[in-house]
Amino acid sequence: MLEVDGISKAFGGVQASNNVSLSVPEGKITSLIGPNGAGKTTLFALITGFHKPDAGRVTLLGEDITGLPPEVIAQKGMVRTFQIVQPFAGQTVRENIAVGAHLRIRSRAEALAKAEAVAEQVGLGDRLDMDAASLTVAGRKRLEVARALATQPKLILFDEVLAGLNPSEIRDVIPVIKSVRESGVTILLIEHVMQAVMSLSEYTWVLNQGTLIAEGVPSDVVNDPQVVEAYLGKGMAERIAKQGARNA
Amino acid sequence: MRQLQILGLVFALIAFAPLVISSDAWLNLVIMTLYAALLGQAWNILGGYGGQFSFGHAAYFGTGAYTVAVLQVEIGINPWLGMIAGGSMAMLVAAIIGFSTFRYGLRGSYFALVTLAFAEVLRILSNSVNFTGAGVGILIPLEPGVTNFQFLTKDGYFWVIWFMTLAAFATVWWIGNSRFGAQLMAVRDNEAAARALGVQAYRVKMGAILLSSLFSGLAGVFYAQYFLYLDPGIAYGPAVSVESLLVPIIGGMGTLFGPLLGAVALHGISELTREFIGDIPGISLVLYGTLLVIMVLFMPRGLAGLVNRLTPKPKRINPKTVEQTHA
Repeated sequence: MLEVDGISKAFGGVQASNNVSLSVPEGKITSLIGPNGAGKTTLFALITGFHKPDAGRVTLLGEDITGLPPEVIAQKGMVRTFQIVQPFAGQTVRENIAVGAHLRIRSRAEALAKAEAVAEQVGLGDRLDMDAASLTVAGRKRLEVARALATQPKLILFDEVLAGLNPSEIRDVIPVIKSVRESGVTILLIEHVMQAVMSLSEYTWVLNQGTLIAEGVPSDVVNDPQVVEAYLGKGMAERIAKQGARNA
Repeated sequence: MRQLQILGLVFALIAFAPLVISSDAWLNLVIMTLYAALLGQAWNILGGYGGQFSFGHAAYFGTGAYTVAVLQVEIGINPWLGMIAGGSMAMLVAAIIGFSTFRYGLRGSYFALVTLAFAEVLRILSNSVNFTGAGVGILIPLEPGVTNFQFLTKDGYFWVIWFMTLAAFATVWWIGNSRFGAQLMAVRDNEAAARALGVQAYRVKMGAILLSSLFSGLAGVFYAQYFLYLDPGIAYGPAVSVESLLVPIIGGMGTLFGPLLGAVALHGISELTREFIGDIPGISLVLYGTLLVIMVLFMPRGLAGLVNRLTPKPKRINPKTVEQTHA
């Protein structure tokens, strides 16, 4: 569904993305993991048109969308959420979600009705009239999901929707993400919460210092020595393996 | 819908003014208050609902005023037609300003400075070319007659400004209840998030500046026909720009009734000072400045915000209890 082919982007001397290629199959949840500063969010920004890549191509449903502005890409069916939540403060939850709904719905009344339906789906149904600014972090994360979902996308890019939530909140939000996939939307997510990556995604890509270092089924990827070293430092994979052998 | 009913009621009540008020001076005050509400509502579309703070709304006001004046004095075109031309010319100027700022993503103080610069450039231009009467100004000959957009009594002017202001308020009501308005407010509150949701920020902002300039231009047309005299300082000077933004800031930016409250407050205050302090030159400016500081410090949401705070909300969900059920 989404093909990223050799994307590169440098900010001054920092190579934030270096010849990254990955693909997201339709109807699945694919994840993108990597240590802090690996360039995951930059890659999202490159895919969704917030940054222009220096090289490479992004293809959505067979159509080249490289360098198109975000609003056009959203129109074509791919939307993203933000890691740092960006509610329209001062507007109610209903109004916030309706902005997303308006992408495909002209009528105000229908957009508001759609907003209510989406709010129910993500568990914000009882907070429709609240000011978005007074939501808790968990509520705002749900709002990000709801707004993106209201645009009736084919593919959603979730940028750390679980970051900053406590374990019980994470348990609440995971079913929401699953329900999004079940409603026929393909998902690509960036996540640090490994519990979520393992339980949600069918395939994962690992990014480190702007370069892809591994890919595969999550349970395999976490045992990949390169991945372990990216997270824990050089030599750690070997040490863990030794320790494992000693304990066995 | 309730807002629309209140709007209808308020304008219906205002419509009684010419019947009830016999003194020309008092009717003039009503007319000038409506005129200020029109200027303020025009600014409110772009500044209040769109979050783009313009310091140069005189550019549209002056263009509307000069268009109707020059067309009738130089070419003899009927001022009613001139009104359409004035509104259109104001929109043309807005299209140029909007294109040269929004296209390149100018925001906040940068946008404000560019709009101020455009208004100043137009002021200097109108001061130096011949067809605007240059520094001497332009005098519209007195030829009273409804077909000539000149009225012997103030009643006629009252109805013109009443209709223009009603049109502006109806437009803003529509903005508050339409997709265009929802997208405009989304751009105001967070442009990146709005674009991520497919909002065409550039197009939405262009729409807002065009609508805004139309009503500023119409206010200019009205001004020209009411006073029958223009000069560069009146048409393009900073006084109009300041009044345009002061009215909604005092009344409440981004609210339907804010500009009306602001206009009433502003004109009420300036009349009161004239009554008690006398017409000391510059005293109203001192007062406006003080008022602006007080509003921004203590009432950032203006008088409309104060009204909202004082009226109890019908259903208010307590966030604390909701969160508990969700924990």
